[in-house]
Amino acid sequence: MAKAQDIKDEVVKLTAKDFVSDQDIRWCPGCGDYSILKQVQSVMPELGLPKEDIVFISGIGCSSRFPYYMNTFGMHSIHGRATAIGSGLKAARPDLSVWLVTGDGDSLSIGGNHLIHLLRRNFDLNILLFNNQIYGLTKGQYSPTSEVGKKTKSTPMGSIDHPFNPLALCMGAEATFIARTIDREPKHMREILIRAEQHKGTSLLEIYQNCNIFNDGAFGGFTDKQMKKDNSIYLKHGEPLVFGAKEDKGIVLDGFEPRIVNISSEDYNLSDLWIHDEKCRNKANILTRFFDDPSKENALPRPFGILYQEDRFRYEEALNEQLNLVKAQKGSPDLDKLLAGVNTWQVD
Amino acid sequence: MTQVQQKLEQVTVLFAGDSGDGIQLTGTQFTTNTALFGNDLSTYPDFPAEIRAPLGTIAGVSGFQIHFGSVDIYTPGDRCDVLVVMNAAALKKNLSRLKERGTIILNTSGFDKRNLRLAGIKEGDNPLINRSLEDFKVHEFDITKLTRESLKESTLGTKDRDRCKNMFVLGFVYWMYNRKVDSSIDFLKSKFATKPEILKANITVLKAGYHFADTCETFSNRFEVKPTKMAAGSYRNIIGNQATALGLIAAAHKAKLDLFYGGYPITPASDILHELAKHKNFGIKTFQAEDEIAGICAAIGASFGGDLAVTASSGPGIALKGEALGLAMMLEIPLVVVNVQRGGPSTGLPTKTEQADLMQAVYGRNGEAPIPVIAATSPSDCFTMAFEACRIAIEFMTPVFLLTDGYIANGAEPWRYPKTSDLKEIKVQFAKERTPEDPSYLPYKRNEKLVREWAIPGTKGVEHRLGGLEKDKETGNVSYDPENHEYMVKIRAQKVAEIANHVPLQYFDSGTENSKLLVLGWGSTYGSIKTVVKELATEGIDIAHAQVKYIQPMPRNLGDLLSKFDKILIPEMNNGQFITLIRDQYLVDAKPLNKIKGVPFDALEIKQAILNMLKQ
Repeated sequence: MAKAQDIKDEVVKLTAKDFVSDQDIRWCPGCGDYSILKQVQSVMPELGLPKEDIVFISGIGCSSRFPYYMNTFGMHSIHGRATAIGSGLKAARPDLSVWLVTGDGDSLSIGGNHLIHLLRRNFDLNILLFNNQIYGLTKGQYSPTSEVGKKTKSTPMGSIDHPFNPLALCMGAEATFIARTIDREPKHMREILIRAEQHKGTSLLEIYQNCNIFNDGAFGGFTDKQMKKDNSIYLKHGEPLVFGAKEDKGIVLDGFEPRIVNISSEDYNLSDLWIHDEKCRNKANILTRFFDDPSKENALPRPFGILYQEDRFRYEEALNEQLNLVKAQKGSPDLDKLLAGVNTWQVD
Repeated sequence: MTQVQQKLEQVTVLFAGDSGDGIQLTGTQFTTNTALFGNDLSTYPDFPAEIRAPLGTIAGVSGFQIHFGSVDIYTPGDRCDVLVVMNAAALKKNLSRLKERGTIILNTSGFDKRNLRLAGIKEGDNPLINRSLEDFKVHEFDITKLTRESLKESTLGTKDRDRCKNMFVLGFVYWMYNRKVDSSIDFLKSKFATKPEILKANITVLKAGYHFADTCETFSNRFEVKPTKMAAGSYRNIIGNQATALGLIAAAHKAKLDLFYGGYPITPASDILHELAKHKNFGIKTFQAEDEIAGICAAIGASFGGDLAVTASSGPGIALKGEALGLAMMLEIPLVVVNVQRGGPSTGLPTKTEQADLMQAVYGRNGEAPIPVIAATSPSDCFTMAFEACRIAIEFMTPVFLLTDGYIANGAEPWRYPKTSDLKEIKVQFAKERTPEDPSYLPYKRNEKLVREWAIPGTKGVEHRLGGLEKDKETGNVSYDPENHEYMVKIRAQKVAEIANHVPLQYFDSGTENSKLLVLGWGSTYGSIKTVVKELATEGIDIAHAQVKYIQPMPRNLGDLLSKFDKILIPEMNNGQFITLIRDQYLVDAKPLNKIKGVPFDALEIKQAILNMLKQ
């Protein structure tokens, strides 16, 4: 008993520093990844887990260097497959806290298949999807989240690929936790990271991350001091959808149509507004469709926070239930009996 | 009526019919019965890739060949003594496989106008009428009608009644070979436990077939194939894929690890997944992934977590797994990869057999990525080699390829199964916890066998990061240092080479180093070569036979062994892959014998090649 208590005390004593590995960070100066790394390292001690029980797995891309910088168990794997590797690890070891770090190319292009299947299976792990709308490590080609018309080295005349709406895609893939945050809002990111870890099931956290080399300012509309309050809406469960620099704008749901209204006018007040409900799938579906280009007239604000959360059985939990059930039915394994099979004969 | 018993040393029976006729079931039932009777045997199921290929056509013919005897049996037999055909297409497709003056048992209702047309036989060419079968012993019955007759009392509909006709055939053949029907009645009772009407009908028809053979006066005698004199022990019948699954389970059990299987359905490997999924009380986690890549990647994740991880597939699936195989090799974690080879390239011939993925296993990755490769020689040997694959993977912290193929994976033979206590021990030593006072954990520090430690999450003080980027020789940190890269490439190759010191030496299966010629086989050609070499010995021709099972690395005495021969023949079911490896590594002038027809070697083909070579 005393030993267990010691271990616990030690865990409590961990600080962000304990999660910093001895490796030099090789991201470009000014990259949004630094902010994310810092928040993740500072959130880790709050999880109350010994660091040997934490695993970071990544694929390929700038974001996927992440595990090298965390002083936990980690694997920098192959392009797009962290989701599949994490699934196997979690099936084998449900006791671990598993974090997947991926980018828009890694998870939505080459690894799209594994992402959607992980979401429907609902393994209890956390996906941090760094979305910078560009291929950084290969030096600046457009990505599956780049906007139509994007001029890059591979699209000198502008991209003609209609981009993914990542959160809508994840809703369609039966995700049980869908959230969005941004590299420039560290406090918000911390809150959501903790909620992601607390969620029992696959947590999908899209993090808007600025690539200051190949796609600088892609999320300027949500970070610029002048504009961000008019372009973003920070969701809180049970609270009305209010936004705007003066907090004077709100969203009402007109049938299936979200509409922006002015709550400082006489026509609308707070009680008319859409109340955010993380548990409501229908509303979450609509929220994921708040995906307008912020520069557009009357653009719906981009939601940040937890768009959807539901409790559903986890794959690894069901797997172990089946194993226990069959063990109860068939009794403990007897290899000699298995090798002999049903029909045997003796030769003397 | 009393019949004379005619004693036979060995018999080959080929059952053939539409893929919906229950041919595979008939074959496996006859196999179980034969095994329990005590005959040595070997089987060869041959079925279309389509689940319900067009009825009555050549493409839709399903076959099951069994070769059994009172002597040792090594192959399913080249040509058959008895051909059982349920329709015209089955006859047309298989008649060439019947020996001269062989026996045909034929269902006449499968030779009506429609069936003849579907088989592409002109009405005038109906073999029942045009006397083309005169040289064979033909026994014609309207099996469909006889089945219906025997089920007059049954409440089943016509379709369900007709589906029992394979039991009529089975009963008939049981009588021919002087067998009891009990084993099949027991089987039917468990298969149709919840369907009493169907159970009753099947048993009725089975017995009807048996009694019909007895009373129809077709045969003046019954045949008797006495039990084989086999080594003392406990035996069972086993199919290759089943044996592979049991080998994996046994290895996990001996290593005291949980078994994790990640895979994607593919012919002819899926039965490994099916078999494993049946035995979840052994704590086996089977994960049917979204694709081949996810199958192996999930296995890599499970291995990182400390499970004994396995994935299995066939050529096209293995191609997809290539990048992940390279990762597993870089990570140096245990992983067993089974390739149940089928006819290639591309989608190729899914239900046919070939040994054409050897180069893929040995070389099929980017960069210098050596992976141990071993191969099974027969259905029961799949057990031994699956166990070996696990042992090598764990003891050497490496992915290991196990090559089997459709021929032995679906084939069956008697197996003198081992006891758990007879199996080798597999020692697993996970890295131990480290305190801050201990020297720090170095992920790529190697022991005397060049093997690094397996440090699994949850172990205090050994947190570390692995990855596909080149790593420093000790810390495992990313390293672009030129000297380090060359060192790591060499040390990884050396580690795999070191395995040669921990596998059995190559031995002669027949003959000696003084024999005139060496037949060097690998994998599933074992039975065909063995049959020929034995036959030649009885004719006074002394041929040596060695069957290689450890291919990368090869047994360390193989070079010496080869150097004793002027003449070396290498038969393989591909266009010459193993021979390329042998010539490359040992500079010997071996000669190829290649067969790329989707079917195993006939013993005669190998015999001819040996005789030709001896003349030169």
